Amino acid sequence: MKLPRFVIPTFIALAVLGGWEWFVRAGHVNDVLVPAPSHILQWFWWALFDRASFESGHYLVALQKGELLPATWVTMRRLIIGFAIGAAIGIPLGALCARVRWVRDTIGVLALGLQTLPSVCWVPLALLWFGIREEAVLFVVVMGTLWAVVIAVQESVLNVPPLYLRAAQTMGSNGWHLWSRVIFPAALPGVLSGMKQGWAFAWRSLMAAEIFVVIVTGFGLGSLLNAGRELLRMDQVMGVMAVVMLVGLLADLVFFAPLERWLRRSRGLER
Amino acid sequence: MSSPLPKSPASAALTLRNVTKRFEGAAGRVTALEDISLDVREGEFLVVVGPSGCGKSTLLGLLAGLEHSDEGTIQLGDEPVLSPGRDRLVMFQQDALFPWLNALENVLFGLRLKPGLTDAERLESARYYLNLVGLGNKEKARPHELSGGMRQRVALARSLAPNPRVLLMDEPFSALDALTREQLYGDIQEIFTKRKKTIVLVTHNIREAVCLGDRVVLFSPNPGRVQQVFDVDLPRPRRMNDPALANLAAEVTTALSAHLAADKQ
Repeated sequence: MKLPRFVIPTFIALAVLGGWEWFVRAGHVNDVLVPAPSHILQWFWWALFDRASFESGHYLVALQKGELLPATWVTMRRLIIGFAIGAAIGIPLGALCARVRWVRDTIGVLALGLQTLPSVCWVPLALLWFGIREEAVLFVVVMGTLWAVVIAVQESVLNVPPLYLRAAQTMGSNGWHLWSRVIFPAALPGVLSGMKQGWAFAWRSLMAAEIFVVIVTGFGLGSLLNAGRELLRMDQVMGVMAVVMLVGLLADLVFFAPLERWLRRSRGLER
Repeated sequence: MSSPLPKSPASAALTLRNVTKRFEGAAGRVTALEDISLDVREGEFLVVVGPSGCGKSTLLGLLAGLEHSDEGTIQLGDEPVLSPGRDRLVMFQQDALFPWLNALENVLFGLRLKPGLTDAERLESARYYLNLVGLGNKEKARPHELSGGMRQRVALARSLAPNPRVLLMDEPFSALDALTREQLYGDIQEIFTKRKKTIVLVTHNIREAVCLGDRVVLFSPNPGRVQQVFDVDLPRPRRMNDPALANLAAEVTTALSAHLAADKQ
């Protein structure tokens, strides 16, 4: 008999969570520092639904403002807008880097350098340039996304098989036609994985920005996490971490994974 | 059966005069082709044969306009060949089909770039050529769903569809298995006889050269040069196991060995 694929992972996850719960309850660690899974679940319930206890002041100290869903929404909006701007600039810029050698030798090299720079390093500058405003956060997110996308697009365009280009050129394709009908479709798998990487970088930079700077224009997940730290509510810290992971997984599940699967299948790369 | 080069026939589709091509390689300057003069007649199936490194693929790149000669001139009719053009379509060693398009769309790719046709005419033409290569029922198939031989057939249809003046073939059969190859030899000869196309094929397979060519031009390497030209006047369709063909192939092989031996000394 063959078990469905989800059975074993579920069992292992339950075992780990159960062990963790027992470990905390048995008093082996300070439950202020390491909350039990059941406490985190409780926090979730409260942060999502339980306005009553919020009003009664039970959790007032833990969550200064707002709730989990609005905070998630604030963060998601920043993430999506920042990512979209980063990709919209990064894709043409990466193509230009691939096409023009001196652009590659300048912006391409700069992109390599800036990609290794954690984008939270931009926070001080962003705050000075834009003030404590939404634009400052967006700027940091764009800086996180942009360079990864530029490099990925540049590489995947440079790796388009020359044979495709030669074949297309003999058939009279050149200029914009060559770009839109041959180079871009051929580079698409690489561009997509670059976008995926850009998305991951966008997440990282946004969390860093939100943790380091309390932006008065919106209270995001990062701010929520930081509030948990300041108030020593580790259930909140871990709860927010779980949300961040869940959103990341969800984005992959509903957006990137289906796109990649479609690409692989239509080109016969799927096993 | 060997004959000297004709000086300048009136009906030449492609004319090469004193073409030399050099490459800058890691080991210094390499002369890939030296002083090539050659005419491809209108409606002729010309095969360039030679061992690897004799510059035959370079020659095809020059004819396609994908590369440029260092000396000499190449003309298509009265026009110099300076860039790639629809009048000279290429079949490559690998099929070079676009994996994001299906068979029909691949054939349509070149047709869509050809002006003066309506979309209905393009579609009709694409279907005609897919049928001609025996793949009328594979319109919607993606390249990865086709066998190697089928992919080369689609590539053949794609090169024929825009009706180029010259069809250039760069070892298009070398990656195929022997059975598929023989089938394609038959198909190509049938299409050649039916459509009266000017074809230039380069290959390292002497049997293949003799099977397909009206004339076989033997190249020798280091640097690539024309050694000898053979006329093949066997009736078509020719078959690979025809003894007359085997005899002629042996003659070409002997000539090649002699030239290679002479080069070594």
